[in-house]
Amino acid sequence: MIKLEKLTKFFGHSVVVNKASVEFEKGEVTSIIGPNGAGKSTLLSMASRLISKDEGQVFIDCKEIAEWDSKELAKRLAVLRQANSITMRFTVREMIAFGRFPYSQGKLTQQDQTIINQAIEYLDLVAIQDKYLDELSGGQRQLAFIAMVIAQDTDYVFLDEPLNNLDIKHSLQIMRNIGRLAREMNKAVVVVIHDINFASCYSNKIIALKKGQVVAQGEVNDVIQAHVLESIYETPFHIIELNGKRMCTYY
Amino acid sequence: MQDRSKLLILLFIAVVFAGLFIGVGLNADNYQYFLSRRVPKVVAMILAGIAIGQSALAFQTITNNRILTPSIMGFDALYIFTQTLVVVLFGGLSSYVLNDYLNFSISVAVMLAFSMLLFSFYFNSNKQNLMVLLLLGVILGQLFGSISSFLTMLMDPNDFATLQQSLFASFNNIKVELVYLCAPLLFVISALLFRLNRVLDVFWLDKDNATSLGIDVKKVTMQVLVLSACLIAISTALVGPILFFGLLVTNLAREMLRSYQHRVLLFGVSLLSVSSLLAGQWVVENIFGFSTTLSVVINFIGGIYFLSMLLRNKIV
Repeated sequence: MIKLEKLTKFFGHSVVVNKASVEFEKGEVTSIIGPNGAGKSTLLSMASRLISKDEGQVFIDCKEIAEWDSKELAKRLAVLRQANSITMRFTVREMIAFGRFPYSQGKLTQQDQTIINQAIEYLDLVAIQDKYLDELSGGQRQLAFIAMVIAQDTDYVFLDEPLNNLDIKHSLQIMRNIGRLAREMNKAVVVVIHDINFASCYSNKIIALKKGQVVAQGEVNDVIQAHVLESIYETPFHIIELNGKRMCTYY
Repeated sequence: MQDRSKLLILLFIAVVFAGLFIGVGLNADNYQYFLSRRVPKVVAMILAGIAIGQSALAFQTITNNRILTPSIMGFDALYIFTQTLVVVLFGGLSSYVLNDYLNFSISVAVMLAFSMLLFSFYFNSNKQNLMVLLLLGVILGQLFGSISSFLTMLMDPNDFATLQQSLFASFNNIKVELVYLCAPLLFVISALLFRLNRVLDVFWLDKDNATSLGIDVKKVTMQVLVLSACLIAISTALVGPILFFGLLVTNLAREMLRSYQHRVLLFGVSLLSVSSLLAGQWVVENIFGFSTTLSVVINFIGGIYFLSMLLRNKIV
């Protein structure tokens, strides 16, 4: 379990994340929603040691993040940011193999190869595994990055806007796979996501941020309510229920 | 063609030209004198080639950029500045100028101190932006360059003549003692750099992904910057500044070799720069008959290549 306690971050004098306390459980997908500039990505980056925190604590399996050895932590927690600029030509398989770095430090063993193969098969990338990344569409590339995270084989997976710039088909494919990671592999998956309907249909818990503060958190049905969302997004919401899932219309 | 055979071809070229340099015109009567002159020269070219190639490649990897080389950080300008200052302060005939060991130690120490200062300034600030560090290097480089040219204006012509010898890349007045001092040093430093090869591979992904994979990005960046600074200090002190050479060889190596692995690239870039230094110098000596210098040729070719990279939008 990952536990954030009163996590705070300042940029200059302004507070970007203000005393955020949340928990992420294994076997669940937790979505972080909120308007632009609410501090979603900052929260995720602090919880995954990509940026330093100014106040508060992050406990990963009951041990504070600063006490973790970076190499050991890489076997527990994987994080994927939205902009992945890569300056070298890799094949899909070569990139996924980087996921094994925390275990083998680059010298791939037979076991590593097996796990890489599993990750490739899990996301159905067998046909494109020898293609170069710059030959792929945005959706395929994002899947390849997620496969790298799967190959890293961590209990905790943080994804920052995995659906950014993707079409409906690829978005669905990625959200379904995120759900499978939590259900079938018992991982705690945390996604920062803008599309509330994807969050509502594919997550177990939702955390809503506004101006750096956690304004709502809990089960999907606790957060996906017209008055809650209206106060977060300052827009009128209408909620409909379809096949037991809540959907929001705000057009 | 496989990367392995490309590397073998480069090795072959390097050996052939090294052989030409050492072997031509050798006979039983003159070999002692010729070898004592020629071997250090070839060794100096090999050392400088390895140092420039490897430092530029590692530097480009950690800065995630294909056009930066350590010379952009002001190292060349600092070297010139140091030499000028020593001559101005102690005179052209002082032991600080004429004693090779002393002069080398001063240059290396100043360059290392400068890089430490620059890096510690960068790593201690809250927002670490590599571009700021580089910009700072460029500006300080300009500053050093301007001060040096101001000082040379004031200088006694005799002093200037001594200074000039150390300011241009030259393989014809190699300091023999320095060569044998640098060889083990370079060996140790490139072995340290080579130990990082798999970590450097992960730097092809961006910094966040590298952190997620358990790499201490800050620490590795620091290590690589310091090692590059050492390498550049060695090569500049040995043969003088060669501005565009690092840019040229790293990019050619990346175009030539398919691999992304630094294990291969570090060897490739070393072999490529050694063989092109040897071949280039041979051409300068035997075809142009010394009417030009290698650094002019390199800056000419390097400049054209740089422009063509700009035009082809190859700069990431």
